[in-house]
Amino acid sequence: MTPDPLTSSSLPVAAATAATEPPKPRPAASRLSRGFARVDWIVLPLLGAAFVVLLWYLSSATWAKELPNPTRTWEASKPYILEPFAKRGELDQGILRFTWLSLVLVAKGYAIALAIGTPLGFLLGLSAPFSKAFDPLIQVLRPVSPLAWLPLGMILFGSWKGANVSELAALFTIALCAMWPTVLNTAVGVRAIPQDYLNVARVLKLSRWKTLTRVMIPATLPYMFTGFRLSLGIAWLVIVAAEMLTGRPGVGGFLWQQYNALIYEQIILCILTIGLVGFVLDRLMSLVERRFKSA
Amino acid sequence: MNARDASMPLLELAGVSKRFGNLHVLHDVHLSVEEGEFVAIIGYSGSGKTTLVSILAGLLSPDAGEARFEGRPIAGPGPERGLVFQNYSLLPWLTVRENVALAVDSLHPDWPAAERAACVDRHVAMVNLSAARDRRPAELSGGMRQRVSVARTLAMDPRVLLLDEPFSALDALTRATLQDEIARIRREQRRTVVLITNDPDEALLLADRVIPLTRGPRATLGPSLPVTLPHPRDRRLLQESPEFRKLRREVIESLLSLGARPTTTVTRELVLPDLEPEDLSLPRTWTPRSGPRRRRERQSVAVSVEPDSN
Repeated sequence: MTPDPLTSSSLPVAAATAATEPPKPRPAASRLSRGFARVDWIVLPLLGAAFVVLLWYLSSATWAKELPNPTRTWEASKPYILEPFAKRGELDQGILRFTWLSLVLVAKGYAIALAIGTPLGFLLGLSAPFSKAFDPLIQVLRPVSPLAWLPLGMILFGSWKGANVSELAALFTIALCAMWPTVLNTAVGVRAIPQDYLNVARVLKLSRWKTLTRVMIPATLPYMFTGFRLSLGIAWLVIVAAEMLTGRPGVGGFLWQQYNALIYEQIILCILTIGLVGFVLDRLMSLVERRFKSA
Repeated sequence: MNARDASMPLLELAGVSKRFGNLHVLHDVHLSVEEGEFVAIIGYSGSGKTTLVSILAGLLSPDAGEARFEGRPIAGPGPERGLVFQNYSLLPWLTVRENVALAVDSLHPDWPAAERAACVDRHVAMVNLSAARDRRPAELSGGMRQRVSVARTLAMDPRVLLLDEPFSALDALTRATLQDEIARIRREQRRTVVLITNDPDEALLLADRVIPLTRGPRATLGPSLPVTLPHPRDRRLLQESPEFRKLRREVIESLLSLGARPTTTVTRELVLPDLEPEDLSLPRTWTPRSGPRRRRERQSVAVSVEPDSN
């Protein structure tokens, strides 16, 4: 039998090049441009940040006299940054402690959002009557701001004996607001499963459960992860609002409390922290997403 | 479970019709496939070939008439009518081995793991893909993907192998290789095969019987042509064989005559616009004009103008 070219391994064998002569000196222009490329990535963002700080100085000196300038902000923020894990009082802790408290609450609310949102998305995608029944409701509830859900949460859980009402209300708000991207993306993903995959499952006479776990869920995973990532972003956004309204200790609570105490320096610190943590969470999520999408 | 009568065809379509909304795709289709036969159905694109094979597989049910397998009406799809899809339909997150294992595991859940793994390896080797066992479909060429699809379908141990234009998306060289594989597998395993194709040469190379499918809508199966060429058929020698050329001519003739579209004549009263042709004898100028120039369009008119004396 002649060897089949289609089945033989097609990995190219890299030819080993023997370095018999010293490497030629590279032309000066390309070395300079490579150096510039590296410098580009560091210098330009620094220049951008420096520009913003300059604007900040100017603003606090001219039209926003209440805003503390960068130097004062740094001075007042130092204890919070340099002792990030200190606890001097419930609402006077190091910045990383506050961040940790917020993250714990986000984790709980996010888990609830995913646990409810993913099956709901599947139901919406699989059943047309279910979708027709609940889709208008979802479209109406989606744009509602977390600040509107929170009082409702307080009312709902206010009658529960011995419950931490503010925590339950905050969880309720986070779950309800963060759910929608997961729900909608999962529904789209389920609807986008190619009919051919389902036909394969039918020809193999796979049970409904097996079709779900071995064909439908893997096929929907990329869409689900997009939804998860968007939901995480919204959950982090909501926690700040929820903390501000309920006065819980956390980054948002700290910010609001400092504002009410007329100590404005930490507000910028909180804003920066919120932004940085949100960015890190998004990056982590996209790493997880990439790992699953390649599978 | 009654024993099948030896004279009963394995797979049968009796007066089958199928519509999709207003589109009447198949009309009064009759087909009868005996066990061990290789039937090729050849037709134009868009004539309803995939609809036909979906009805044979049980994925669709006919609107009129009946589809029967072993004498009993087909209730739904199943591994006994193994379908090789036109688009391969491999699950992209599973490797070659896992794709074939999906079929083996669902068909033989009671077998021990080692036996199932051996069955998977056997079928992967049957299509000469053992070297690429652990690759995902994205890392395979089109021909290799189609082989995995064939291996998966064979792993179901079907009574009938249904091939829905399996090689139409491949280049001619790969197609030739895979046609030979199908011929070899069929020879070794004596399977019943129904092949849907648009290539008369492929049909004549592989099949015992060629049946043309007329052009849609309302497509139906034409008269079947038996292929009396001896096995094994070598594609290089076939080109010389006068028998082959005669059969090929017959197949193409029947396709063309069955494919003639019915024409209708419509008589209507039309009011034609007044047209005069553009006059090409007039010299052309470079300035863009808004319309064609007609012979009587330009006229020289002499006008006397009196100067203003004031």
